Parts: sequence; C-alpha cells; structure tokens
Amino acid sequence: MCQDCGCSITEEHSHGHGHDHTTIHDNPQLNDAKTVDVITKILDKNNHEAAHNREHFNKHGVLSINLMSSPGSGKTTLLESLAKAKKLNFNVIEGDLETNNDADRLKAHGVEAYQIQTGSACHLDAFMVHKGLHHVNMENSDVCFVENVGNLVCPASYDVGTHLNVVLISVPEGADKIEKYPVMFRSADLVLITKTDLLPHFDFDVEFVKRSAKKLKPGVDILEISSKDETSIDNFVKWIEYKKAFQ
Amino acid sequence: MHEYSIVQSLLDLCEENAKNNDAQKITKVVVKIGKLSGVEPHLLEIAFETFKEGTICSQSVFEMIHQDVVVHCQSCSAESTLKKNEFLCPRCESTALNIIDGEEMYLMRLEMA
Repeated sequence: MCQDCGCSITEEHSHGHGHDHTTIHDNPQLNDAKTVDVITKILDKNNHEAAHNREHFNKHGVLSINLMSSPGSGKTTLLESLAKAKKLNFNVIEGDLETNNDADRLKAHGVEAYQIQTGSACHLDAFMVHKGLHHVNMENSDVCFVENVGNLVCPASYDVGTHLNVVLISVPEGADKIEKYPVMFRSADLVLITKTDLLPHFDFDVEFVKRSAKKLKPGVDILEISSKDETSIDNFVKWIEYKKAFQ
Repeated sequence: MHEYSIVQSLLDLCEENAKNNDAQKITKVVVKIGKLSGVEPHLLEIAFETFKEGTICSQSVFEMIHQDVVVHCQSCSAESTLKKNEFLCPRCESTALNIIDGEEMYLMRLEMA
C-alpha cells in the first residue's frame, strides 16, 4: 500500500511516480517557498488509473491488448477474423468518436463488446477504459482487446492500462508511416502489417517497413497478416498465446 | 490534437499543488516535454494560453524545456543524446539501451504567490 495517497500501486514510486508528498508537505523549508519543484508526469493521474486497470486484468488472469492504427487499417476486421477462427476467448472494448458500428460488427460474431463513444476526443484514456470495464465480463475471457480510436498520433501518449500494444500498418497506407509516426510505432510490442493480400497491387516494400520498425524499436515483433489467409491469423493467435504464457 | 487534454491534466496538477501550498495564484509553470513524448510543443503552448483563463494559472508564464532523447548503453555504459530516431548507441552501435529521458512530459516547477 502506498503510504502517500492510500492507493495500492507501489511500482514506480521510487523513481518519480510523482505524488511528491514528501517535498511539498513534509519539508518545512519548502512550505513557505514560492518556488516548488514538482517533477510529476503531466499524465500522472491517467497513469495511476491505467495501473488500476492493469490490476483488474491481472486479477482475472486476462491478457489485455491495446490495438492502435490509422482509421481503416483493419482493426475491427482483424477482431472479426479472430472470432471466426474460434481459437481465443476474448472480449472487446471499442473506442470511436461516434456510432456503435464496430461493437455491433463483433456482437454479430458472438463476441462480447462494449462501445465507448469519445465524442470529440481523439484517443482513449485510462478513465474511459475503466468505465468500459464495468460493462464487460472478464470471467469468460482470456484476452481483452481495447480497440483504440483510429489515429496514429494521440493514442500513443496515453497508457490505457493494457499489457501490450499492437500497432497495425496496412499495405494501402504506404510504407513510410512508421518513420512519419515514430512515437506510435515506438510504443508497439508487435507491428502487424495488414492487408498483405493487396501487396501485388501496391508499391509497398515490406522489408523497408520491417527495417524502419527495427530502427525505431530494436527487438519489436513483426507479423504479416491478411484476413483472407487463415494461417496468418493463426500466427497472430500463436503470438498472443506465447505472450499469455509469460503473463 | 490531444494537447488540449494534456493541458487539462496539467491545469489540474497546478490547482492541486496550489491548494497543497495555500497559494492564491501560480505565476510560472515550467514543463519538460520529451522530443518523443508525442506532444507538439507549439500546440501545447497555444492550448495552455487558451485554457489558463479563469484558472489559478490565468497569470502564469509558461516555460518549456525541450528534452532530447537521452539513452544509457548497457554494452559500453556511454550516455548519449540521439540525434535521429534510430535506437542505436552512437558510440558502439549496441541496441541494448535504457531510455533515460525524452519520452515523457513532466511538470517540473511552479512559482506561486
């Protein structure tokens, strides 16, 4: 138990979790000072909430995966393919600015899905995901996907409390996306090159994409998939099962 | 454009610190923005100037420290600044790096009255 704020999160406290109660409350010399060194992560509260979300997943033995990409890269189609493959028990928290379309698509395949409508917000944060967690039953699931708002910029700055980040780049988007959006692709544990059935129709250099990803994050895992190729979907399932074994 | 959300978190932190220190207003806010934090400093400044109105920071000066990515190499122990987005030790080209700074955004210091 954290003695400063009463939370049950103890990790990170030793190196700048940021409550800084000692500096501000307890040091009499600083109480009257007009300048206070705070040194707190600006998104400290979000990170704190994210840690609570992770605790919730851990308590239920659920591996949680944040799916991120530009709009139209195939996040929902990937989840539909996983549902059809019937090899994983999973549920989904969906984030979109408007509509329930994505959650409805997954429910049609018998997947439990809850839609968060963010309004004008361009990303999910840990508080929104926390609310979503109240609507999803973890008892019957091994994996929970958080399908983030389609956007290669803003979601990268927010820890939503998942264990792993999977970032998609689809063939029609072009091979330069990794270099253009370094913060997003640096956050990836796995880069999925999607819609590879379209490779014959586009000048998309797969090796260049792989090199770009490795420059930015040496050791990052990379898989090529197509919803039309069951073997490629199985490879993704195997990656998840491998990660789950080490959870 | 998540800079507005980030400024909202920043203003909440400022309010909280002012309350803990019995301050009436905050006159200066110093933040450190990592080059790979995912935030555009210019937009963050505009967002701060827009949203500070009506808050404890309404008369605050906003100061930004632009932080490059700094790494510590596990192989040769060198500490280096990365000039481009290639995560290789500039000295020995090892990829076994610990990131010391440059990927986060911090509220560093507040001046209060």
